[in-house]
Amino acid sequence: MSSEQAPGRAWVFGDDVNTDLLAPGAYMKGPFEMLASHCLEAVDPMFAQQVQAGDMIVAGENFGIGSSREQAAQALKHLGVSAVLARSFGGIFFRNALNLGLVALTCPDSGRIRAGDRLAVDAAVGAVDNLSTGERYPCNRLPPKLLDMVRDGGLIAHLEKRQSNGKPDQDER
Amino acid sequence: MTAMGATLVEKIIARAAGVDRVTPGDIVTCRVDLAMMHDSGGPRRVQPLLERLGRGIWDPERVVVISDHYVPAVDAESAAILDGTRKWVARHGVRHFHDMQGICHVVLPERGHLRPGMFVVGGDSHSPTGGAFGCFMFGIGATDMAGVLITGETWVTVPDTIRLDWDGALPAGVCAKDMMLHLCARLGMGGAAQQVVQYGGNTVDALPMQERMTLSNMAAELGAQCGLIEADETTVDYIRSAGGDPGDPVAWRGDDDAAVMARHRFDASTLAPQVAAPHSPANAGDVAVHEGTPVHQAYIGACTGAKLEDLRMAAAVLSGQRVAKGTRLLLAPASTRTTLAAAQDGTLATLIEAGAILMPSGCGACAGYGAGVLTEDEVCISSTARNFRGRMGAASSQVFLASPYTVAASAVTGRITDPRGFLEPGAGV
Ligand code: SF4
Repeated sequence: MSSEQAPGRAWVFGDDVNTDLLAPGAYMKGPFEMLASHCLEAVDPMFAQQVQAGDMIVAGENFGIGSSREQAAQALKHLGVSAVLARSFGGIFFRNALNLGLVALTCPDSGRIRAGDRLAVDAAVGAVDNLSTGERYPCNRLPPKLLDMVRDGGLIAHLEKRQSNGKPDQDER
Repeated sequence: MTAMGATLVEKIIARAAGVDRVTPGDIVTCRVDLAMMHDSGGPRRVQPLLERLGRGIWDPERVVVISDHYVPAVDAESAAILDGTRKWVARHGVRHFHDMQGICHVVLPERGHLRPGMFVVGGDSHSPTGGAFGCFMFGIGATDMAGVLITGETWVTVPDTIRLDWDGALPAGVCAKDMMLHLCARLGMGGAAQQVVQYGGNTVDALPMQERMTLSNMAAELGAQCGLIEADETTVDYIRSAGGDPGDPVAWRGDDDAAVMARHRFDASTLAPQVAAPHSPANAGDVAVHEGTPVHQAYIGACTGAKLEDLRMAAAVLSGQRVAKGTRLLLAPASTRTTLAAAQDGTLATLIEAGAILMPSGCGACAGYGAGVLTEDEVCISSTARNFRGRMGAASSQVFLASPYTVAASAVTGRITDPRGFLEPGAGV
């Protein structure tokens, strides 16, 4: 099986996209679908309506800074976003994203990507292919164990799967 | 290429991952030495995930639960959360349960749970506090915590280290809280968003343990994963007196030639008391900027600002003084042991004689959970760590952050006040 995931279209954002923009506090008490439908509306009112399954977020520095709310990553995943590529991430967002099954990769060249470019990400190799321009950018790699977890749909789903396969929780070392 | 030495955080992660060494940026899986949870983010959030998997917890001896957010219960809802917490620890056989004994970040080391070199996760964003004991302790969300509880493991990206070195003697009336507010202003809220910070220099060496905890605690405000301080005699003495085992602290120091991402130096001797204006700790500046601003409430509380050292600072200012008419001074000691020690050494009497209103040991008004919250347009000066909009009550309320000295001085005049005028020359901590 190729480690590449299916190509997706790029949605491009700037620096410092915080968790309040991703999961606006005003909708935190309501149903989750409602919260997700307001994801990023303060910077792009059409995003939540128009984003399609497999699309990717491309951003600058500090993506996901702010509170530790898991809903920020959950909202993107719920909307079908397949990966987030940013120059840097808020540390807790980065953890939450992978634990919830959303690919997050540090990509120093994210600024070269334009809105609508078609991207293919290979998290095992650590590369992003821009199918629209033919360029290839390096990104960080995810080690196999973590990639398994993300592919299984996140930490809990991963543990569920291992359990039903009769595998131990911990690998030998 | 000659091999460089390793930083403290790299050494701790390598040990927990069972490898010889790690490099910043590596993602590794680590065994967790200890997991701490509180009543708000703990059992009630992780239990549904444990149930989904039909699992219990990997090692009840390595789990510490501390009820502090909803204590004491103020309504049926908070009472149910506490009841659920108590039932959860009983059901899972968690012996290390500190019920209503104070705020988790203070109670954890106070009860001897931390030892230099440990790899610790906490279900709270101020978990970097554990770094003051030479532990790599960081905050995680509920999904992450459920994974730890089931497997005893978690993954981390090995962080870079930013050194924050302070030299010089702190002037009287200036303390760790002022150092931290200054750092928030200088480095910004995301100043260390993917790194750990490590404090050092002769100022930090001279600080008592609880003051070091304030530095580590507010590493969270820089966005740092942890606020490390290498263990020394001060650390060992504290751990021993808490009934803990300091282990081998010498083994848990970074190498001198370890590569760090950045090193910033600061001069403590020229630092003035700091005040952070609403609604961010990064809005900090010298107290002079805000002097004279009237306050309705002065609050001495939270893991950041109500440990015994903090109460002693407030008492140094309030000795023989009275809280101003029209201003209220609320005092929520960080733990029951803090209250006891302050009662024994006379600190508590000084504070109460000055008019402080004694409140339960818990998170209290800090994040709006307990008693002492603010209504519309009220102004509070507080020894807590954060002043985000609406955190302590109504959205239009205004919270200024300052040291216990400055909060106490402001309580006496009813206006934001430089505490240095209240202190005998040389009377600082
Ligand atoms: S006292 Fe405040 S900052 Fe500390 S744990 Fe409680 S709510 Fe958080």
